[in-house]
Amino acid sequence: MFFTYLRRELAGRRRQTAIIAAGMALAIALVMIVNAVSTGVRDAQAAVLESVYGVGTDLTVAQEPAPPGEGEGGPRFEFDAGAGTTTDGSTEISQSRLMAGFGSTTFEDDALATVEALDDVAAAAATLSLTNTTFNGELPEFRQGSDSTAPTEGEQPVAPPEGGFDGAGGSAFDVDSFTVLGLDPAADAVGPLSAVALDEGRGLEASDTGDAVAVLDATYATSAELAVGDTIDVGGTEFEVVGTVTSTSADTETAANVYIPLDLAQSISGEEGMISSIAVQATSADRIDALQADLEEALPDATVSTQAGLAASVSGSLASASSLISNLGLWVSLAVLVAAFLIAILLTIQGVTRRTREFGTLKAIGWSNRRIVGQVTGESIVQGLIGGAAGLVLGLAGIWVVNLIAPTIGGATATDVVAGGPGGRQLAIPGGPGGGFADAASASAGSAEVVLNAPVTIGVIAIAIGLAVLGGLVAGSFGGWRAARLRPAEALRSNA
Amino acid sequence: MYTLENVSKAYTRSTRKIAALKNVSLTIGAGQLVAIQGPTGGGKSTLLQMLGALDRPTSGRVALGDAELSHLPDSRLAGIRAKEIGFVFQGFNLIPTLSAQENVETALEPLDVPGDERRRRALAALESVGLGDRAAHVPSELSGGQQQRVAIARALVKEPDVLLADEPTGNLDEETRDEIIDLLEGLWRDRGLTLVIVTHDSAVARRAERRLHIKHGTVTER
Ligand SMILES: Nc1ncnc2c1ncn2[C@@H]1O[C@H](COP(=O)(O)OP(=O)(O)OP(=O)(O)O)[C@@H](O)[C@H]1O
Ligand SMILES: [Mg+2]
Repeated sequence: MFFTYLRRELAGRRRQTAIIAAGMALAIALVMIVNAVSTGVRDAQAAVLESVYGVGTDLTVAQEPAPPGEGEGGPRFEFDAGAGTTTDGSTEISQSRLMAGFGSTTFEDDALATVEALDDVAAAAATLSLTNTTFNGELPEFRQGSDSTAPTEGEQPVAPPEGGFDGAGGSAFDVDSFTVLGLDPAADAVGPLSAVALDEGRGLEASDTGDAVAVLDATYATSAELAVGDTIDVGGTEFEVVGTVTSTSADTETAANVYIPLDLAQSISGEEGMISSIAVQATSADRIDALQADLEEALPDATVSTQAGLAASVSGSLASASSLISNLGLWVSLAVLVAAFLIAILLTIQGVTRRTREFGTLKAIGWSNRRIVGQVTGESIVQGLIGGAAGLVLGLAGIWVVNLIAPTIGGATATDVVAGGPGGRQLAIPGGPGGGFADAASASAGSAEVVLNAPVTIGVIAIAIGLAVLGGLVAGSFGGWRAARLRPAEALRSNA
Repeated sequence: MYTLENVSKAYTRSTRKIAALKNVSLTIGAGQLVAIQGPTGGGKSTLLQMLGALDRPTSGRVALGDAELSHLPDSRLAGIRAKEIGFVFQGFNLIPTLSAQENVETALEPLDVPGDERRRRALAALESVGLGDRAAHVPSELSGGQQQRVAIARALVKEPDVLLADEPTGNLDEETRDEIIDLLEGLWRDRGLTLVIVTHDSAVARRAERRLHIKHGTVTER
């Protein structure tokens, strides 16, 4: 009887059922989509972090960058009078320089020994992040007048300059830059290369120390048209490409374009004995906080950040996406949810009121309050479940659409995890320092493009079903409460 | 069957107090057919509510057999209504979404009658009011007289001791009215019911063994 009555009521009052279910469906779908997207954003954040800092890195030791001093801040290219090769009145020059990454500060590598000496340190690896900037240019041959006197009135003007890329004395420059990470080839437990998968060739091995071998990010290798076996000029030294790597977290680039042994990175860049960051793995997760304190004490000048702190440093559109989701998305879906619940409650109460005589009659023929409340609540729960099923389908469709569009969001990790550091500095090293070379920036070490993938988890489905049942229960309790208060004598009163 | 002693019922509407029943004392014997008449607002429905355990008097005593209706908790009253009292209303009061048979079954629901027996008894009750062939129809597909027959089947399917009818023919035309009264009278005779009918209609009242008149909450025998 319970089910017969319930079925007849829902079928007989299709409009009310449809409105309540539609409201619930919309709300549940929204909550599902927002939940899935925010999970996706969190995954993306983790992927960016992982690609930059490596898997298993619990803490990162870096040094707060000092504000660049006067005259510093960019590679200088100096060319001797005889530099380059001159043909047809133009001089071709090419020079590449390897410098410490702009905005990151280097510090003495004996810090690594200090770190390794601490309790709770399971592994530590030092890296030196650098930028290689290659200057390619074509200059006009600098011609002097036939004699060294300035032209005087009446004389023929000096012949206009010739040569250069336009044949009229113009100059053309190309500035290419890529990021280079010097790392200890022997340390593979922790650090940026622990988060990569070998694409081709081999990775850096302990025996590579001192050898001019390089491993390239696969994406960079493709764009630079380099393959295993080719050579790449890093700071004027030819390195043999021995392997390419991809990020294990899908779609992100790895931490740098080029990986070379730390010792060579130091000597070529002139940063002898210097490093820019140490990745530290703690012996266990619950020791991280203690280790952070120990590290700060042992290295007073350094800044020690935890992964949790690093997560907060992920910036760029990824950060915007995450705050958009957690703020706007959450509030919108909550508002729709509340509205749907309210509509369900109001319509249920209205429905019970409209059925005053019906429930009064049932009470008059002996139905207990419990039975009537159960009937009303049962109807509401089924309405909620219909809404939940529709919402589940709608939500899955929405998530599917999100994944179909697969928006790409960029994330960069700011070095000012370093609390109080100059804002907005990026570990992502802009390709060209200073204004002049700004356009040359092509890759940045700390940034990654992540394709947003909104996963459908058991949690998302549980949320949908849970909300459906909850919505039904809430509306049903209000309706049931209303029905319980009806007097059986109402059956005799409202004669229609 | 029924014993009423000094039963008063007052309703408070905001500040005004309306005395719907004033010191009513009467007894109704088992198997009696009682007609209640009186002007509108006189208190007929209020008296029927007291008899039907739908409400308690403001003061006084109402007893159905051994059951003190005026002093039992709501849950016990619901149980007594479910087992012993059948109602027929002026407006039929069928559940609009349920079929005729399902409507009759609702009366057996609180008695926890098993599904098979419930369906069988409901169908038998419908047949006894001449509607065996309309079991699957919903109320909107039935005429007023047919709907009232379904309501009577619903009231009788549980085989109650008492049948209370509040203007059962009030919404029906004359011909149908006579059919329904014939049906009720027949059932009363066959089953030994105690039947209390509230009616405006003297033609109906004349067929009762006993007539009560209520005016301004006071009952007089005719
Ligand atoms: N729930 C209530 N609240 C307030 N007053 C009520 C209520 N029920 C009945 N009354 C009042 O009590 C008095 C008796 O009402 P009752 O319904 O018993 O009259 P009735 O004889 O059945 O009239 P009718 O022939 O119109 O059905 C009336 O004045 C009515 O307005
Ligand atoms: Mg009345």
